[in-house]
Amino acid sequence: MTQKQKIALAPWVFTIGFFLLWEIGCRVFNVSSFVLPTPLSIGKAMWEYRTQLSFHSFHTLWMTFAGFAIAVVFGLGLGLLLGSSRIVHAGTYPLLVGFNAIPKVAVVPILVIWFGVGWMPAVLTAFLISFFPIVVNVATGLATIEPETEDVLKALGASKYDIMTKVGLPRSMPYFFGSLKVAITLAYVGSVIAEYNASKYGIGNLMARASADFNVPLLFASLIALAVLGVVMYAITAWIEKRMTGWAQRSGFAAN
Amino acid sequence: MSDAFVRLDHVQHVYGGEGGVLAVEDLTIAVKEGEFAAVVGPSGCGKSTLMKLATGLQFPRAGSVVVGGEKVSKPVKMAGMAFQNPVMLPWRTTLDNVLLPLEIVEPHRSRLRKEKAAYVEKAEALLAQVGLKGFGPRYPWQLSGGMQQRASLCRALIHEPRLLMLDEPFGALDAFTREELWCVIRDLHAAKKFTVILVTHDLREAVFLADRVFCMSARPGRIVAEREVNLPRPRDLDVTFSPEFAEIVHELRGHIREARNVH
Ligand SMILES: Nc1ncnc2c1ncn2[C@@H]1O[C@H](COP(=O)(O)OP(=O)(O)O)[C@@H](O)[C@H]1O
Ligand SMILES: [Mg+2]
Repeated sequence: MTQKQKIALAPWVFTIGFFLLWEIGCRVFNVSSFVLPTPLSIGKAMWEYRTQLSFHSFHTLWMTFAGFAIAVVFGLGLGLLLGSSRIVHAGTYPLLVGFNAIPKVAVVPILVIWFGVGWMPAVLTAFLISFFPIVVNVATGLATIEPETEDVLKALGASKYDIMTKVGLPRSMPYFFGSLKVAITLAYVGSVIAEYNASKYGIGNLMARASADFNVPLLFASLIALAVLGVVMYAITAWIEKRMTGWAQRSGFAAN
Repeated sequence: MSDAFVRLDHVQHVYGGEGGVLAVEDLTIAVKEGEFAAVVGPSGCGKSTLMKLATGLQFPRAGSVVVGGEKVSKPVKMAGMAFQNPVMLPWRTTLDNVLLPLEIVEPHRSRLRKEKAAYVEKAEALLAQVGLKGFGPRYPWQLSGGMQQRASLCRALIHEPRLLMLDEPFGALDAFTREELWCVIRDLHAAKKFTVILVTHDLREAVFLADRVFCMSARPGRIVAEREVNLPRPRDLDVTFSPEFAEIVHELRGHIREARNVH
């Protein structure tokens, strides 16, 4: 087997191994299914609740994508603004960092007061929690233009707008797409938190109800569904990143 | 010397506000239209600062800068520049990198879309001239350092600037590539007769290429010596082994040694 094949096989081996150990551990130590169900019983629960799980997963996906979409537009815009004006950057940075430091769980009750229980808090929480890394990354991409590149263009009479569109924007794209992976995961966390606290639908809500009913297998089944969805969304954004900014990923270091 | 194309007159430049770095002081230099001027001096003496002042990327605290008969109060809008670092844009092919100035400088900017084919042809001809025939569709990071530097020369020249500024453009290259590129620059200058200001720390490079060599003192930089190079053109690389050539290099080395000691 070549090194490459081994690397391709490794994730499967490790994942299956993890669940095997879990199953064996539970049986050997006779762990109560009320504390930690075995993977097999979780699998059974997933099959049993498949309609509920898929319905609520779909809802969570929607909330996540909606919040994420707003975050992308807003984050890109604000990042470009911050990256192109030092005054705006200096002025708004403390505010941004302060806002980002607030745990978003604390914001959900306020959103509920404003918009009531429903899809609004979920979408907005997803948005609020995920725009920050996009802003920071895009601003960084703009701020790290080589001074020589800027000199070459300025000596030709290029305007600030020219420099922004010819160099700044394309240059910040790898940073932007790189931040999407982080942002989508955060948006997902945001929508689940909001659903848990303030919604009638979504995996978060399903878990809240399962937890109230002490339905431990359903709770774990939901967790696994969350993990699978998270991996899928991460993979999609990683794939988009790779497609859009191939020129930035030419180094062998990143490829290995 | 009223026929100077680039003239800096008793220029002083300070980086940062009060108590900042005094980069150049009482700097006076005049370069004629079509002339190939070289500036040599110890590192950190203000050579790059001189380039920035002459192109309007920095403005002097005292003294005046005049280019093409106009006092420089904003970037000059016509200079081609190349640096030690070729700074190609990695998301553009080599050809598109070379075409970049045309997307900025008028009248090309408004013509580029309609006459794309003609401009592409011109860029390809220029690439061929520097030995990069057929490399247009490659990305810069697929080229060697020397090839990137050639491409960056093409980018500096595509819009036929009247002023070419070269800031240690061959500094990072091996000796053979460097000498090859000397010849490339020599031929381009001979064909188009634009004005060149070349900053270098290589005295042989300065003497081989330039009509006139200026020596700068250590920081704060000013011109301490000016030497006309009257070796006949076209010059061949063999000229670098002639006694006349050696003599000029030797003389300049003396000036530099003095410049480094005087503070
Ligand atoms: N952007 C800058 N800010 C502060 N100091 C600078 C800046 N650029 C250059 N300097 C200083 O000015 C002096 C001259 O720099 P430079 O013109 O780049 O020298 P050279 O090109 O001859 O090596 C140096 O001492 C350098 O540290
Ligand atoms: Mg320099």
